[in-house]
Amino acid sequence: MTDTENSVGIVTPQRFVFDEPIALEAGSELRHYELVVETYGELNSDASNAVLICHALSGNHHAAGRHSPEDAKPGWWDLVIGPGKPIDTDRLFVVSLNNLGGCDGSTGPASATHDGGDLWGPDFPQVTVNDWVETQRRLASRLGISRWAAVIGGSLGGMQALQWSVSYPDWVDHCVIVAAAPSLTAQNIAFNEIARQAIYADPDWRDGNYLAANAQPTTGMALARMVGHLTYMSADRMSDRFGRDLRSGSFAPDSSEAPLFEVESYLRYQGEQFSTRFDANTYILMTRALDRFDISDTAKGDLCNAISEVQSDFLVISFSSDWRFAPNRSKELVDALVANGKSVSYANIESDGGHDAFLLENEDYLAIFSAWMKRVAA
Amino acid sequence: MTQRSDLEHIIEWVPNESRVLDLGCGEGELLEALIDAKQVSGVGVDIDISNIAKALNRGLQVLQQDMELGLDNFSAKSFDAVIVAYSLQVLSQPHELLDRVADIGNEVIVSFPNFGHWRSRLALLLGGKMPKTRSLPYNWYDTPNIHFCTIVDFEALCRELKITILEKRTMGPIDVLSSLWPNLFAKSATYRVKRQ
Repeated sequence: MTDTENSVGIVTPQRFVFDEPIALEAGSELRHYELVVETYGELNSDASNAVLICHALSGNHHAAGRHSPEDAKPGWWDLVIGPGKPIDTDRLFVVSLNNLGGCDGSTGPASATHDGGDLWGPDFPQVTVNDWVETQRRLASRLGISRWAAVIGGSLGGMQALQWSVSYPDWVDHCVIVAAAPSLTAQNIAFNEIARQAIYADPDWRDGNYLAANAQPTTGMALARMVGHLTYMSADRMSDRFGRDLRSGSFAPDSSEAPLFEVESYLRYQGEQFSTRFDANTYILMTRALDRFDISDTAKGDLCNAISEVQSDFLVISFSSDWRFAPNRSKELVDALVANGKSVSYANIESDGGHDAFLLENEDYLAIFSAWMKRVAA
Repeated sequence: MTQRSDLEHIIEWVPNESRVLDLGCGEGELLEALIDAKQVSGVGVDIDISNIAKALNRGLQVLQQDMELGLDNFSAKSFDAVIVAYSLQVLSQPHELLDRVADIGNEVIVSFPNFGHWRSRLALLLGGKMPKTRSLPYNWYDTPNIHFCTIVDFEALCRELKITILEKRTMGPIDVLSSLWPNLFAKSATYRVKRQ
């Protein structure tokens, strides 16, 4: 698939300013916030073809297309969004935003508390999946949308989609939950904690006040990303891709250069890239929101009960080699929906892509996604 | 599968607007027909991802699931009818599945190819080889059909599992023969059964 022929093309983000205060779940209030948004396709006259894309931990509003012809890479979910793709922009109006607390343009820790004011830094209030749903709902109203034909997300984005269907059953016709879970496991929270500790241990972290000191905890962020990235891949794929190949140097006793494995080089590159692109406070905030999420919270831990009021038609997709959001966690959700007599379809895609598989080309994945999406705004 | 006259009987037996679970739904032809003809609300289960994609293309609700790993996600009496059409013979423990689905469905509709058909018997008797027919074209080593049974065998299993046979239809090229001596002349059989 070449991405010129079924791409949404050149896209331009828009900024939406909200002056109505929002009471956050964790107790504090934000008086003013801004959200950066991209939309693809056309909203139809009765606003019945709107689809919301929810992003994952390190995602943003730029889900499809390119900002300029020179962009090396398209948006993060260009694989599935575009003309003739599963989320078909020829007939759907796609809304994709950078969540509150993000670092790609929406109000977050790297923003000023008010015009000309100090930066929020570590004092930016903790936001939750519920808060994101609330801000997304306000954004919808601003766009003239009072019901989503579908809410779609992968990983942490899938959790937002699920929360939408629970919080606002009348709003969500269809719900697609990819590589997600009703809550994180202890192991999953543990990986997030290791990532956070890596950032805290960086002397440039400065208790989160690094921006004020004109510093960046890049070493900590890179390490956090290396751990994260590792858990998004499967062992098989790593073996296939890197094996024990050396990037440089050799094990020969007379070699002047120390050996560097391909996998080391790859992880270092990923870490480095991320550490300069992403704000550390946002990373902490996003992982905390992820850890905290449990759709069964309001039902005393009873998943069946928690989702008993949903009205959406669901598609749940998991990937066989995803050990961060393992198929059995998706199955838990599917089972609860089935037990409630709700409409749900489920596929566990055979893939060696690990958790990242939801971003990777896979014939079965795209076939399932496309086939199911035909019923959205049909 | 070339001869699927079982589908007609299944459609006839499923009550209007009932809740149906189709185990081994394949590409979803039957579920789609049941929705059209009987306005059922249906859930399909299949293990094969390309079948799932085709069934989703028909707008159906389907779950990719290996029914041999259990059906614990379906609670007792949660469906009016559970359909096991031409799937029993591919399972490693068909008796366990039949026992389980008798609890999940108020009624169960089962269809299978009859291995007691005279052609199969003759092939084994005279040819000394596992039979290959137009509707069962596989070799013994590559067939997905690992647990063939005859009409007599199936009815014995129902008795053992305390499952009552409510109705049965046997299908063969010559109707008279297959209803008089089904175990010898019916190519396939469809049963409507229920746990009392």
